[in-house]
Amino acid sequence: MLAAIAISYVALLFGVAFFAERAAQRGRGRWLRTPLVYTLSLSIYCTAWTFYGAVGSAVRNGFEYLTIYLGPSLVMLGWWWILRKLVHIGRNQRITSVADLISSRYGKSNLLGIGVTILAVIGTTPYIALQLQSVTLSVEVFSHPETIPANSPRSTAFWVAVGLAVFTVIFGTRNLDANERHHGVVMAIAVEAVVKLMALMAVGGFVVWGLSGGVQETLSRIDESELGTWSVNNGRWVGLMMLSAAAFICLPRMFQVLVVENDNDAQLRMAAWAFPLYLMLMSLFIVPIAVVGLDLLPEGSNPDLFVLTLPLSQGQEGLAMLSFLGGFSSATSMVIVAAIALSTMVSNHIVMPVWLWWREGTASVSGDVRNVVLLSRRLSIAGVLLLGYLYYALSGGGTELAAIGLISFTGVSQVLPAMIGGIFWRGATRIGALAGLTIGFAIWMYTLYLPSFGPGIVLPESWFVAGPLGLGGLRPEALFGFRFDDNLMHATFWSLLGNTLAFVVASLFSDAAPLERLQGAQFVSAQRAGAGQRSRLQGSAQSEDLMVMTQRILGAAEAQALFLREARDQGGAGSLPAPTPEFLQRLERELAGSVGAATAHAMVSQIVGGAMVSVADLMAMADETAQMMEYSARLEAQSQELSRTAVELRRANEKLTRLSVQKDAFLSQISHELRTPMSSIRAFSEILRDNTTGLTQEEQNRYASIIQDEALRLTRLLDDLLDLSVLENGQVNLNLSEGLLEDVLDRAVSAALAEEATSGLRVMRHRINEQIRLNTDVERLSQVFINLISNARKYCDADDPELQIIVTRTRGRLMVDFVDNGTGVAPEARDVIFEKFARVSDQKAGGAGLGLAISRQIVTRLGGEITYLTDRSGGAFRVAMPFGQELAAQ
Amino acid sequence: MTSGRREDTRLPARWESSDPPSFSVERQSFRRRRLVDAACALPLIGMILWLLPLLWYRSEVPVSTSHALTYIFGIWVGLVLVAARLVRLLTLDRFTEAEPDGTDR
Repeated sequence: MLAAIAISYVALLFGVAFFAERAAQRGRGRWLRTPLVYTLSLSIYCTAWTFYGAVGSAVRNGFEYLTIYLGPSLVMLGWWWILRKLVHIGRNQRITSVADLISSRYGKSNLLGIGVTILAVIGTTPYIALQLQSVTLSVEVFSHPETIPANSPRSTAFWVAVGLAVFTVIFGTRNLDANERHHGVVMAIAVEAVVKLMALMAVGGFVVWGLSGGVQETLSRIDESELGTWSVNNGRWVGLMMLSAAAFICLPRMFQVLVVENDNDAQLRMAAWAFPLYLMLMSLFIVPIAVVGLDLLPEGSNPDLFVLTLPLSQGQEGLAMLSFLGGFSSATSMVIVAAIALSTMVSNHIVMPVWLWWREGTASVSGDVRNVVLLSRRLSIAGVLLLGYLYYALSGGGTELAAIGLISFTGVSQVLPAMIGGIFWRGATRIGALAGLTIGFAIWMYTLYLPSFGPGIVLPESWFVAGPLGLGGLRPEALFGFRFDDNLMHATFWSLLGNTLAFVVASLFSDAAPLERLQGAQFVSAQRAGAGQRSRLQGSAQSEDLMVMTQRILGAAEAQALFLREARDQGGAGSLPAPTPEFLQRLERELAGSVGAATAHAMVSQIVGGAMVSVADLMAMADETAQMMEYSARLEAQSQELSRTAVELRRANEKLTRLSVQKDAFLSQISHELRTPMSSIRAFSEILRDNTTGLTQEEQNRYASIIQDEALRLTRLLDDLLDLSVLENGQVNLNLSEGLLEDVLDRAVSAALAEEATSGLRVMRHRINEQIRLNTDVERLSQVFINLISNARKYCDADDPELQIIVTRTRGRLMVDFVDNGTGVAPEARDVIFEKFARVSDQKAGGAGLGLAISRQIVTRLGGEITYLTDRSGGAFRVAMPFGQELAAQ
Repeated sequence: MTSGRREDTRLPARWESSDPPSFSVERQSFRRRRLVDAACALPLIGMILWLLPLLWYRSEVPVSTSHALTYIFGIWVGLVLVAARLVRLLTLDRFTEAEPDGTDR
């Protein structure tokens, strides 16, 4: 009968879990993530130890049992402080367990992961044994002892353990990513939570209204009983409250449902008030049940089973059965989640590293890692449950086991300093966490866990009396000679104190690796980043998004070809492949070719995972971006330089074209110039040679002088050309001498205007300014001046041409400006007038176009420069010369 | 050189685009911060109230159990009600998800 009900209940749970998994797979799992389910799943805190044991504890220790519920209530009410942050970190960093949290916070240290895992296994195994024991005991209550074979309790526990292992393997390792929620398991737990609350409430209601006759009567009955007055040890009241609060966060199974299975903030917000309510209801009827049980049940009956025996003794078989199912639910849900949490830790931090290390030599391990992980998780689950069963079988299921609950609490609480320090204190380091955990774990083992087996079993009896090696200060139950009332508080105090001190001091004196610092910064400031929900698009929606993104990057045709190929490889019917890890990896690689590895990873995981981009990703992305920015900046600079060069080249080209045109024009000009005197020389010399017609002497003389004039003109032209080439080659020797500027100008003006006295060019000078003594090549300088003045004479096109010669002196510089009142040089011609053979116009072809070129060469030789002044109305040239103090006259 | 010029033109534009915080937004964030303060204070208040039993231990006039249980469970119910109310107000607030928190710490 009992077995049939238990089995059908288990079948119901299988059904619920299966249904929930199916719904989640089909994307209809919204209701699985409701805050109510989350809140109910937290109820695995209330194990069989609290379901049955709370009444026993109330009978034995008074109201101490309340602290076990008050502590977690305070933690939940203070969700804004710690839980919100933990949950955000868990979601953003894809934390899979307590060990994973500690390990990733402290620079992904696997040593810490292993340490926490071992601590968790040691702390949880007895707890699982306790659950098995409670189920066995409750089964025994229903049976008649005389009809049961002696080995039956053991076999009950064994088959319960096997059943739980099967359930956990089926629903707990369905999916590889531990951050994928275990919808089936959570749903089954939620159902069990309802069952155990209903069971306890039903028994409580039966006791209060059925047996006692109302609330007032119950209260007065309580006051009259042996539990009538308040009697709780102060130290234990505070200590246990703190301890249970700490354990609530640190217990691997609580971390699993609180953080790992959490999906959004709304869940936490509801649990913040609903879970304390649940705990309140769970503890509401404990004292009435205890009091009435003491009243009605025979002396010496086990108070741990009052919840079960009280209805049975009153003939309420159905109520007792419900109560049994409540206890069964409490035990099984705890064991299932604890097994999942522990198996994740064992497999991720112990089995996988060992396996990878072992397989390091062999090639290509990437393909079958997935199966290995699943297998190692399944084996870990079986291993954890086997350990629990062995512990139960070997310890004999005695009363020592009942005490293990709080001992286990103290053990797992050793994680608290590293955890809280890790999420609030950036300065916490790996060394600190390691030191704190080691010290805390050692003290806990020495003062509480090992002594719990009893004196003389693990630790020699003499140690408890005189301390190891006779050192009294090291007695396990009285460290430093301080003997507390109870060992639990003693061990809790010293282990947490030592733990915290070691953690803080070692953190202060140690340095953190870069990765550790980054992780620390991320954890401590977790809330500020990405509070949003993770969007979990399913199946085709993901692939579609991936497709759209890929098309943007690779182009439509190539993306479609890629997706089609993948879909065919996967053997699916549609044209879109499922977003399997392999496909995503390949897609990432494809995209990485276009946008860089880090960016591709970030893009794909944004669509698929919706998770935060990790620091490493961000850093790689920043690197790539920086490189690209630098590259584009370089390109920009280069293109600017190129466009500048192009402009210069265009200008140079224009100049060259103009020069070449001028040169052509000049060549024809100069050949004409050379040809004209030559032809007249030839003609006249022929006349003179063929003196047949009888030229007069006068005519002969005239012809000869024409020949001579023309020859002189030729000579002058050739002289000029020679002069210029000499100057340009720098072979000229300067003939320095002293002279007054006025004299130089006088000579130049008279020489320039001598040829053509009637030119009508009026020269205006300010002789007072010209009293400057120069020490230079006076001949050459006057040649320049002559050139400029005759230019003015030739080209000034005013009706009444006049030339101003303005001499100015500034510090160290002498400037002589020649400004006429003509139209000046046309703008487009200005930059070529100093070139050889340049002539502004052909209209007054006076020279060969070498004058200004020669002048510029001379002035440059003399250390000055000659420029065309563009800001004057007429043609204006400036000769600027350096002019030392020793040259000053006056 | 060009990048400097670009920055010069862009910066004021960015400033213009962001609206000055309006009065109502400021008031809402103020209200929200007070709600967060209350949420943070609640567990501390609860703890202090639940530490009262320390005074009952071995007191001269024994405290009756019914009295003690009424006190402890009364506080429990009160805390749950206040917490539920606070969570509801915080959820109603439009800025629950958007606004970064921690400003009051």
